[in-house]
Amino acid sequence: MKRIIYLKILVHIVALLPFCWLSWQGYLLMNDQSNELTANPIQFIHHFTGNWAIRFILLGLAITPLRKIFGWNRLIQFRRMIGLYAFFYVTLHLSNFVILDYYFDWAAILKEIIKRPAITFGMVAILLLIPLAITSTKGWIRRLQKNWIKLHKLIYGIGILAVIHNIMMVKADIFMPMIHITLLALLLGYRFAFRERQA
Amino acid sequence: MKINIKKQSDVKSSEITPENIYHNRRKFIQDSIKIGVGAAALGSVALNFPEALASGASDASGKTLNNIIRNNIYPLNEKMTSYEAVTTYNNFYEFGTDKEDPALNAHSLKTRPWTIKIDGHVEKPGDYDIDDFIRPHDLEERIYRMRCVEAWSMVIPWVGIPLADIIKKLKPTSNAKYVVFETLVDKEQMPGQRREVIKWPYVEGLRMDEAMHPLTLMAVGLYGEELPNQNGAPMRLVVPWKYGFKGIKSIVRMRFVEDEPNNSWRRLAPNEYGFFANVNPTVDHPRWSQASERRIGEFRRRETLMFNGYGDEVASLYTGMDLKKYF
Repeated sequence: MKRIIYLKILVHIVALLPFCWLSWQGYLLMNDQSNELTANPIQFIHHFTGNWAIRFILLGLAITPLRKIFGWNRLIQFRRMIGLYAFFYVTLHLSNFVILDYYFDWAAILKEIIKRPAITFGMVAILLLIPLAITSTKGWIRRLQKNWIKLHKLIYGIGILAVIHNIMMVKADIFMPMIHITLLALLLGYRFAFRERQA
Repeated sequence: MKINIKKQSDVKSSEITPENIYHNRRKFIQDSIKIGVGAAALGSVALNFPEALASGASDASGKTLNNIIRNNIYPLNEKMTSYEAVTTYNNFYEFGTDKEDPALNAHSLKTRPWTIKIDGHVEKPGDYDIDDFIRPHDLEERIYRMRCVEAWSMVIPWVGIPLADIIKKLKPTSNAKYVVFETLVDKEQMPGQRREVIKWPYVEGLRMDEAMHPLTLMAVGLYGEELPNQNGAPMRLVVPWKYGFKGIKSIVRMRFVEDEPNNSWRRLAPNEYGFFANVNPTVDHPRWSQASERRIGEFRRRETLMFNGYGDEVASLYTGMDLKKYF
């Protein structure tokens, strides 16, 4: 039991590393010291938080296959926190868009969400992630019972929307989004194959 | 580099020093001499220093270019983007697709000796050495806005030669309706070319009247120094009223042709990038708005200007054209 607590602390630390690094670089920027945020920090933060959001979504989707393939059943105890970190980085991503990039210019923001399919997909993915984050507590799991599992299957759709959003926003170099898409295809493909065998 | 949330009175050294490398005393004298010689030929030339005159250390480390004439036919009273930002935030896929890649990787490019091939409908075709190509011309400094199609912008003091002067010397024939430019292809020198992210070589083109327009510059330097490799050394195009991707870098070939060429980005995504690529806030990129832009170093977006603010000079080139169709 104690070991699990230590492991959870370790996962928290690892999951917060990208955020801590970003904050540190932001601190350097505000103090006019050399930093890694490039000459266009807002765009850099946008790509950085978006990429980490997708990585945590993929990591959350990897828990079940890893459990089943390697028999690591305890992994399930980390799934909620991984999912909530995905939500955390998604929130940073959206905040950067709304606050730093468009500075609460709601008319422009709304126009972009409606007019650009890539942004529409991203926005829908974020909205769908909200009920999952809210119902991640033990109380909600108990209250929703079987419906909880059904509700949380939304993450498959969220993952698909997220990688589509990702590849659509890229100008020409689709290397990174293709890695994300491939990983997602493997993770969803595993579930599909597994389900067939059961039937 | 900085986000302006702090008080305006907090002027930091980084805001004022880098721009001034070429405004030191020695350079002032050189320029004055050159102005004396060249003023008559150039017309309305006047030396006009920005308010920050303090000579200070610069991040710049390249070779200083001598005898630059400051051309103030197109004055621009906007704060210049720092040398550091101009030389570390680049789109130059030949050296990698991240903005910081070119500055990290472009050292492998050898810019001397450098040959420029001139062919097509032209009276003086041939393989020209870069120095022979440039030597007959005066170098001018032009401070231009640079608007990237990705909705960010800079203000850059280029050093170069009006492309029209170069073209006049090459004497294109009446069949020449367009000029096509090509970038070097060399996987060893340009490691980004090991992946076919776009089809190499990078190709750009201008209609003849655009190429001959006095604003169009063949740049060999910035901030008074030779172009850093990541900015397109030894020679790159600058067309300030068009999106930045028209400014083809590390040019090895100029071809004079009759038909409109297919430029690299249009070849990749013809619904997103056109041949003309004029900066136009009313014609959006399909995936993002072009109505506003972020000036590098500023926090809030600013409105994008038609033809990037050069409408008085260039709008007449496109009279009667549907700019929504010919974007």
